[in-house]
Amino acid sequence: MNDLNTSPAAQAKAADYVKAHAAISNEQLLERLHSLFGADTFADVEEPYGLLTATVSRNRIHEILDVLHGEKELLLNFLTTMCGVHWPDNEGKELSVVYQLHSMVHNIRLRLKIFFPIADPVVPTMTDIYATANWMEREAYDFYGIIFTGHPNLIRILNVEDMDYHPMRKEYPLEDGTREDKTDLFFGR
Amino acid sequence: MATNDALTATEHIHHEAVQQQRGVMVTKTEDFGTDLTTLNLGPTHPATHGIFQNILQMDGEKIISGVPTIGYIHRAFEKIAERRPFYQITPLTDRMNYCSSPINNMGWHMTVEKLLGVEVPKRAQYMRVIMMELARIADHLICNGILGVDTGAFSGFLYLFEEREKIYEIYEEVCGSRLTTNMGRVGGMERDFSEVALAKLRKWMKEFPAVMKEFQNLFDRNRIFMDRTINVGPITAERALNYGFTGPNLRAAGVDYDVRVMNPYSSYEDFEFEIPIGTNGDTYDRYLVRNEEIWQSYRIIEQALAKLPDGPYHADAPHYYLPPKQEVYRNMEALIYHFKIIMGEIDAPVGEVYHSVEGGNGELGFYLISDGGRTPYRLHFRRPCYIYYQAYPEMVVGSTLSDAIITLSSMNVIAGELDA
Repeated sequence: MNDLNTSPAAQAKAADYVKAHAAISNEQLLERLHSLFGADTFADVEEPYGLLTATVSRNRIHEILDVLHGEKELLLNFLTTMCGVHWPDNEGKELSVVYQLHSMVHNIRLRLKIFFPIADPVVPTMTDIYATANWMEREAYDFYGIIFTGHPNLIRILNVEDMDYHPMRKEYPLEDGTREDKTDLFFGR
Repeated sequence: MATNDALTATEHIHHEAVQQQRGVMVTKTEDFGTDLTTLNLGPTHPATHGIFQNILQMDGEKIISGVPTIGYIHRAFEKIAERRPFYQITPLTDRMNYCSSPINNMGWHMTVEKLLGVEVPKRAQYMRVIMMELARIADHLICNGILGVDTGAFSGFLYLFEEREKIYEIYEEVCGSRLTTNMGRVGGMERDFSEVALAKLRKWMKEFPAVMKEFQNLFDRNRIFMDRTINVGPITAERALNYGFTGPNLRAAGVDYDVRVMNPYSSYEDFEFEIPIGTNGDTYDRYLVRNEEIWQSYRIIEQALAKLPDGPYHADAPHYYLPPKQEVYRNMEALIYHFKIIMGEIDAPVGEVYHSVEGGNGELGFYLISDGGRTPYRLHFRRPCYIYYQAYPEMVVGSTLSDAIITLSSMNVIAGELDA
């Protein structure tokens, strides 16, 4: 044992440190989120494979990420990844953006989703909070046509600039539909 | 899209550089009172180690701004994956960070295993750890070797490449291929380590430390190398986190985040190793962190070899794990499973999984949405290179061109992972 830190002050400090850096459970995280933003902000709360997932409205996502970025208790201040998803059958909520946050101190992750209609694919940018959101948003724009308002340079990133569609949307099949040499009578693909 | 009025001075120069490259506009230089040069670095340039372009605005030898253009080897893996059965996605992961393919392969297998709820036996987990750590060593050897070349010291690179070749020979014994390994399967490894593979591995373990020490003796305290790398391309921990850095580049900036420790997978909790960190986040620190990680990986392999448990090398999951080929010819169940797996007739459960592993360059994540079909509904790769390469302009602005080259080199940007 380290007997240098036996003073009450040092012990209290150590206890505080342990408390501040202890692992947080999903329940505690959700409770804290509810107290910060209100319980009705988070819909469809699930824990698929242990990762707390919730759906929030697109109007509040910027505020939530902004507050969480500066919040000192949860320290959910690392944007691990962000991507678009297309659900063509989900009427009025065809497009989705999934944000995944990570607290390196408490080792807890949070996945937040927003859904919005494909006719109005406009989402606020997170580039003012996270520098890393820049290319992630350009990727989502490139592949799903999601417009991030306030993004400093929203142009295509991986595809050629003169492409006139957003290829990851489900209506674009992977293979050329006019090809017949790949048709399989037995398995249909 | 931003209009010209909304751009700041630096962005204005970026914008003009792009416009100029398209032949639209001529650079205005009044703001700086001097003639700026636009330099097109890449897409194919010997110093960029891959196909990416940077349009640099230079004032003499000083970089005023840089605009990276990526996507030259984009192969639409995320789209292709939406049509492929799970086991056919492994070869796609090979081609992301092709300097350490086994890590990508194992990361993908573990993601699918998590979705399916398959428990992998200890022996397979240890075998995976050995291969992943060999891959990490190979990855870091290349990065540091080439960093030497970019600073003008060719010999270290040649010593290390010989060792990488030996690692590739071990891969070859384990899975049959060298660069794009397609190693292992969902549920474990496709075969046990052969006697030859183990012999080669043990021999390599004996010989490698001397070579690595020789390399470090050449570089670590080399005056020229230190002058060229210290304080070159630095990034603070705060900016690095904001930019989503992970892996050696983040650790060089002083943050001890390592997926192997924080969210142990494949029995990493059984091994004792340390996470080296740097202080400045500059090129020299990145170099030192990678070197130390090589030694830590070596330690892990040593422990895994010593403790390698007996037992099966794959899970008992006949629906997902291909039966041995001999059985397919003799046994009806095996034939049926073989057929169903190969034809992709087996549906996966509905679910949403995120799994990440510590790749050669940082947190390599797989975000998989399964709608219960034979293929993923959506598969997103969190590719560390793609995420941290966007900090490159910020890291090189104000430095000289030669410093920009070694910054790029020490960040270990792998074009395959960048563009996916």
